[in-house]
Amino acid sequence: MKFEGTVIKYGDNVDTDVIIPARYLNTIDVKELASHCMEDIDTTFTSRVKEGDIMAAGENFGCGSSREHAPIAIKASGISLVIAKSFARIFYRNAINIGLAIVECPEAAEAIEEGHIVEADLDNGVLLDKTTGVSYKTAPFPEFIQNIIENGGLIESIRKGAVK
Amino acid sequence: MGMTMTQKILAAHAGLESVEAGELILVELDRVLGNDITSPVAIREFEKLGMDRVYDKDKVTMVMDHFAPNKDIKAATQCKMCRDFCAEKEVTHFYDVGQMGIEHALLPEKGLVVSGDVVIGADSHTCTYGALGAFSTGVGSTDMACGMAIGKAWFKVPSAIKFELKGKLNPYISGKDVILHIIGMIGVDGALYRSMEFTGEGVASLSISDRLTMTNMAIEAGAKNGIFEVDEQTLAYIAEHSDRTPVVYKADEDAVYDETYVIDLSEIKSTVAFPHLPENTRTIGNVGDVKIDQVVIGSCTNGFYRDIEEAASILKGRKVAKNVRAIIIPATQDIYLKAMENGLLRIFIEAGCIVSTPTCGPCLGGHMGILAAGERAVSTTNRNFVGRMGHPTSEVYLASPAVAAASAITGRITDPKEVM
Repeated sequence: MKFEGTVIKYGDNVDTDVIIPARYLNTIDVKELASHCMEDIDTTFTSRVKEGDIMAAGENFGCGSSREHAPIAIKASGISLVIAKSFARIFYRNAINIGLAIVECPEAAEAIEEGHIVEADLDNGVLLDKTTGVSYKTAPFPEFIQNIIENGGLIESIRKGAVK
Repeated sequence: MGMTMTQKILAAHAGLESVEAGELILVELDRVLGNDITSPVAIREFEKLGMDRVYDKDKVTMVMDHFAPNKDIKAATQCKMCRDFCAEKEVTHFYDVGQMGIEHALLPEKGLVVSGDVVIGADSHTCTYGALGAFSTGVGSTDMACGMAIGKAWFKVPSAIKFELKGKLNPYISGKDVILHIIGMIGVDGALYRSMEFTGEGVASLSISDRLTMTNMAIEAGAKNGIFEVDEQTLAYIAEHSDRTPVVYKADEDAVYDETYVIDLSEIKSTVAFPHLPENTRTIGNVGDVKIDQVVIGSCTNGFYRDIEEAASILKGRKVAKNVRAIIIPATQDIYLKAMENGLLRIFIEAGCIVSTPTCGPCLGGHMGILAAGERAVSTTNRNFVGRMGHPTSEVYLASPAVAAASAITGRITDPKEVM
């Protein structure tokens, strides 16, 4: 998996209530969810995000509610990859299950700034900040998780008999 | 190597003799839960699998509680989608308006979870059932869909933090103060990916509802699950509510814990979490003068009968302050009925509160008490994130039912001892 995009950066403890406020959870339409993504902490996100952009953040990204609408809204808004110092556990598994690429890399998440261009090669575990020329190593996913991602998410894995 | 309570339950459900922290396992599920917000996404995913039935119609459970009674046409459409799915798949435990309560108060009351169970729910507060000695954890809608299909879920075996409780709580102090104190101490990611296991001689003095409140908020410290050691009180509660047989797992003597905290319950003070994180705690003597516009007493955290009863004991014969809206939400129909029979509803209404039908409602900014710009609420709920109860500039202060009731009387965050 390889990505390249411009970074949009947030801080620590970005919770699922700000990723997609509960007042919009009366729909499962992904485009509608995306149109409200991040609005309670960043009213400019939906207008400036471009297809392929990369989100970077601090500790405990995606904490709070289990709403899968959160990674769905991020993915549908065009974000290709989320880099964070750490992820809240339900968000982490939801992102994998729906096929939103995420990577835990404290050094990169700290150093990479808003607007930088980042190239990510998740197969080889390398993040390159093309703006500064600094590269970072990331840990690969465990085989079990890679299997889910390679099969196109958990639903597809079950359909294909990879998880029984 | 010894196993924790959580590890033992997971091993048993994975058909393994033992498991170690970090191991990835596939476990059998005793219950798969969803609500009116998360289930529609799960149903959409389930349908992609092309299966005509759920793995076990008695184990799949759906509760219409978040935006129910339907707050608008879209919410009504989502509830209808769940209702139609459950009718078609002959799901036994579908709880709609009239039978429903807030899911995490309802399932223990209906006897649907017992000690030793593994439960996943597409709601982060599914961790509540750890109070009964079950392994339960919140997941997303895709996990729920797969759970409904094959009755299994994958987990990474968690390590654990041990909380050894001793002593007894003082009057007007409850499980809410204990868990807020703990979250203030370890932070909102202090237990990330791990179990919080509660043991020690202090457990016996905590009511089941105190325990449910504490495990409910384990997710607010980032935990995978919270779990209490099973004792006589747990078994008596289960015997009263369920015809299923509990399986009791005890941690091994040589179980390994990442950390151990000793908590003296007699030292816990009324604790309030300031905006916008549950870890921003202050004890009641240090809150200063915080004027409020609204009080909410309810939710899966504190909508249990004892919570409602404690609030009533403080509001009895007193009046809600001018310009404060006080909203009481018993978590289930049974709690509502008991509150009615015992005269609590009269106390609330005479004090100037409203009493709502069970719903998650304002806790997540859904309906039944949304805040305007700049307004402040003292709430017995579980989260105080930006915009959680309404406008992004509104503020939520998390507290116990006793503090919330006392604050309703004075119109500012108040120590219950001040009004009693």
